[in-house]
Amino acid sequence: MLRRLFPHPLLSLLLVIFWLMLVGRPALGSLVMALILATAIPLLTARYWPDQSRLYRPWLLPPYLGLVLVDVIKANFQVARIVLFWPPERIRSAWVAVPVTLTSPEAVSILAGTITMTPGTLTADISADGKVLLVHALHAPDPDALRDEVATRYEARLKRIFEP
Amino acid sequence: MMALALTFAFGCFAVALLLNLIHLLRAPTLPDRILAVDTMVVNTIALIVLYGVKTASGLNFEAAMLLAMTGFVSTVAFCKFLLRGSIIE
Amino acid sequence: MSLLIDIALAALLILSGLFGLIGSWGLLRLRDPMQRLHAPTKATTVGVGAAMLAAALALPWANGSFSLGEVLVAAFLYLTAPLTALYLARTHMHRTVDRRSLPQPGTGARWASQDDTLDDA
Repeated sequence: MLRRLFPHPLLSLLLVIFWLMLVGRPALGSLVMALILATAIPLLTARYWPDQSRLYRPWLLPPYLGLVLVDVIKANFQVARIVLFWPPERIRSAWVAVPVTLTSPEAVSILAGTITMTPGTLTADISADGKVLLVHALHAPDPDALRDEVATRYEARLKRIFEP
Repeated sequence: MMALALTFAFGCFAVALLLNLIHLLRAPTLPDRILAVDTMVVNTIALIVLYGVKTASGLNFEAAMLLAMTGFVSTVAFCKFLLRGSIIE
Repeated sequence: MSLLIDIALAALLILSGLFGLIGSWGLLRLRDPMQRLHAPTKATTVGVGAAMLAAALALPWANGSFSLGEVLVAAFLYLTAPLTALYLARTHMHRTVDRRSLPQPGTGARWASQDDTLDDA
């Protein structure tokens, strides 16, 4: 019964949190409205969430997001330096094909988003079988190092979250 | 000190908007122009938020939210149009 | 204590202004269309994020009310920036980038945007 009413518990939880943040003040009425929305929206959009992916170690997700946030800020300073001070001829841009071993579509999407948000790299495409990401690097004299960094720094962590 | 920094940030984003406008006018390709418009939207959101700090009111974030949503959807719609020749499939 | 908050807010605001400016400056300065995608999608987003953080810190301090709305807008921008960049990159590849200059996936499959058997773009 509870399962039928809330087919996507995580989505419902997020909706409640977001609605309360949007309203901005904790009141009983807002909580009721949030609960109504958290029930109605997953049911109405169930068509677009065909299969449910499982988080095996959800408690590792916040540390991962923290790591990404720190990386985004750190790496932005590097890109700022390139943009501001380097002569354009010195910037070596490159297309790099980065192989992915993650299987869950959600995990691959998060990895692609992470690659885009860490400055200097940008996900441009994925292979039709979902096994390789096409990444454009602003300055990558050594594409292999880039592949290694993606695999060890982000992919390994995502694997622990999304796979048993 | 904060008032001074606020003025500085206002100036920075105003100049950034101006730079985007220059790029919008002399960009060589259409995707470049979309990128310029998208950056203008994000910079405008920053200006709205800074105005909220200046007037110390929490109401402005709703305007920023709406602009962020419409800006995102319109950028994706522009790109889809260039990719496919139609937006709704 | 209030001096500390003052300094933190000033630093955040200056940082946000600088990153916003760098993003837009990079848009003008970089030569290649794909390179130009890098600066605004990321530096500008960080600039706006810092401004949001300053707003979320400044408002409770100024008038006692606490608002998480700014955090929500920042989260929305951080979630949508990769998607915007992905779509713009695809449009660039579609219109200006020579397909033969791209590396191949190496698994036998083609890139999704060039595979005509796939329905979705």
